[in-house]
Amino acid sequence: MTNQTHSEETTTGLSHNKLGMWVFLGSECLLFGALISTYLLYRGRFADGPAPGDIFDIPFTSVSSFVLLMSSLTMVLALSALQRGDERNNRLWLLTTALLGAVFVGGQVYEFTTFLREGLGYTTSPFSSAFFTLTGFHGVHVSLGVIFLMSLYVSSARGNLHKERAETVELIGLYWHFVDIVWIFIFTVIYLVPSPTS
Amino acid sequence: MSTETEHTTESDKSDDEHSHEHPSDKKYFQIAGILAILTALEVATYWLESVPGEILIPVLMIMMVVKFFYVAAWFMHLRFDNSLFMKFFVSGLILASVVYAIFLTVFEFWHKG
Repeated sequence: MTNQTHSEETTTGLSHNKLGMWVFLGSECLLFGALISTYLLYRGRFADGPAPGDIFDIPFTSVSSFVLLMSSLTMVLALSALQRGDERNNRLWLLTTALLGAVFVGGQVYEFTTFLREGLGYTTSPFSSAFFTLTGFHGVHVSLGVIFLMSLYVSSARGNLHKERAETVELIGLYWHFVDIVWIFIFTVIYLVPSPTS
Repeated sequence: MSTETEHTTESDKSDDEHSHEHPSDKKYFQIAGILAILTALEVATYWLESVPGEILIPVLMIMMVVKFFYVAAWFMHLRFDNSLFMKFFVSGLILASVVYAIFLTVFEFWHKG
């Protein structure tokens, strides 16, 4: 299990894992860019189904957004704790981040079921398909992040996550912050920018 | 017309050298406070029905970009890490922005509003 400083080991003097993660996140911009653009094209095409302006619950989504935003704080505190060698606080903040992520996903499940009850299914209209695809993809990313965080927590609880492996936490942290950044875009562009009503 | 901009290359190099000088937990809490205030301001615009979209949308976009900047720079440590990481990420971001701006233009999104 090697995870030391990579300054002498790589051609760039940088960690290849970290560089790979940044390239991956750059490519993720293209994925979410496609989904956001498609939503923007179809937001006004709600056929006979509910329009976005009729169905969005902004106060509820605002709370979810705040929860996800604060999970970025707890994530960076988890990394900071491990870099200091404070494994106990690292575990505490990892668990808190995973819980905040789970609350966000729970909120999204609640939102989706509410929309379904109000007559907005996946195939109701081009708007609904674009909306569920975009927010669903984001939800899957958050769920994967929660799984990664819990695996880090278990690894730490078993005594396998030490200061020397802080880069592993940093990589998961980068993924987590990216997911947060994507939601910053989605929350503003999809929810807060005035939407069409029927 | 004085052009004293050549010195930036030197300072950029020295910026790259001092990577991993991460901020304190107190600083992270301060950044989170700024993000929380910006989010509250964004949400408050929802109840401002009298503000026209021509003003509201740019204001929301500015707040969104500021939040993006704070998370990327401070929480993702782009401000402190080697600039190559930022270059890779920003390349993806710019590529996506250009590709989808063209995509939206082709589908006449801007005319429809």
